[in-house]
Order: sequence, then C-alpha cells, then structure tokens
Amino acid sequence: MRNIELTNLETLPGRTIVKHLGMVQGNTVRAKHVGRDIMAGLKNIVGGELTGYTELLSESREESVSRMIEEASALGANAILNVRFSTSSVSAGASELYVYGTAVIVS
Amino acid sequence: MLGLLGVLVLIAIGFFFGRINEARHFARLDVREAELAYITMTNTKQIPDGMSASLFVNGNVVISIDYFKRIGAALRGLVGGRMGTYTTLVERARREAIVRMKTEAEANGMTHIANLRLETASVFKNAKTDIGSIEVFAYGTALK
Repeated sequence: MRNIELTNLETLPGRTIVKHLGMVQGNTVRAKHVGRDIMAGLKNIVGGELTGYTELLSESREESVSRMIEEASALGANAILNVRFSTSSVSAGASELYVYGTAVIVS
Repeated sequence: MLGLLGVLVLIAIGFFFGRINEARHFARLDVREAELAYITMTNTKQIPDGMSASLFVNGNVVISIDYFKRIGAALRGLVGGRMGTYTTLVERARREAIVRMKTEAEANGMTHIANLRLETASVFKNAKTDIGSIEVFAYGTALK
C-alpha cells in the first residue's frame, strides 16, 4: 500500500491538486463482546472510562480508514481530502463506523 | 428487602468512587490542557501562513456515568430541567478526546490544529444491557 496523506481540509499545505478521482469510503460494523461488556458493567457502577469500548471503537475506525485508503490507492491517489467520520448505532449492540473523503493526486 | 439494600450499596459506591474519579479526572485534564495549550485549534479550514506539513490526528474516549448519577438523572427525568450529572459527563469526554488528539499532534511536533470536528455518539444504545455511556471522537488536521 502506497503512502497516502489524509486531511480533513480541502488542500494540503504547499501542494497543488493535479487530479480529482472522486469519493472514496470505508465502513465497518462492530458488535461489542460479552467479556468487554462484563467489565463495562462493573465500571458502570463507579463511572469513568470504558477502556475496552474506547479501544474497540478506535480499532474499528482504523479498519474503516484502511478500507478507504485501499480504495484510494486502487484509484492511484496519493492523498484523501476532506475526510469525514460518521458513527451510527445500526442495531442493538452494534455500531457502524463510516469514513469518507475525496481521493486526489497532488503534486 | 435484600434487593433494595443492594441498590443502596451500589448508589453509595457510585457516589463516593464516582466523585473521586471525576475530581481526579478533572485535575488530570487541567494539567494536560495547560501543557498542550501551545497547540492552537480552530474549526475553520484556513491554513495559517508558514505551515508546511500536515497530519491527520484524532482522539476518542468512551466514558460511563456512575450509578449514583444515573439514579439522580432518572429522577431528574421525571421533572425535567438541567441535567447537571450528564453535563459533566459530556464535558469530561469532550475534553479528554481533545487532549488525546492534541497529544498525537504533540508527538509529531505539530503546532496548530485546523478544522477540528467533534462527534458525540451514544454507542451501543439499544442494547439490552444499556449502560449510560457516551463516546466523543475528535479529529482534525494538525499542521506545522
């Protein structure tokens, strides 16, 4: 996989956009698992960070991003601009992490 | 009777430990925020003059409310009005997510974050074992 720069701005500093390649996206749906849930249940009494869930969501997001990057590199892009994330809970106990952006070639 | 006692114990545990946890968390946030204050943030897309490199940075956190506050919030839900307990919950989550994002920027020597976006989601909401937790996800483009 080639090196692709990500940004949620519309330009990269000091670079010019040579070609637009259209929208690229990546998604993943993750369900929580029982082990993490039990720990979270305990944590829920005293409050505070649910580390298991933080990791779960951040891993899922990374997976979405890597899918988006794969799509972009298949198009021959070297940067993705205006990256946006969106999180939704699709069904009981599962979340969808979606990421999208515009693949471009920059000089 | 035993069930009621159990609930009372949980409320008491939630009250004491929840309070301590929250106070500690706020103290930690104050320190980190002061250390990271040199990294400026905007939610506009403008790139300040003199910036030559960019890096996509993000930070997330899932925070749960304690048992005492949950009961308090449930009672407040009956009469309506400002829910102080949830206000501090989202504040903690938001500040923590920003601190994590800035930490990533700091590790890479960045000095500014443009187009900061904050996303709040109530994760796994409809699950049977619903827990009063929220996720805050912060992302932006770090520049130097």
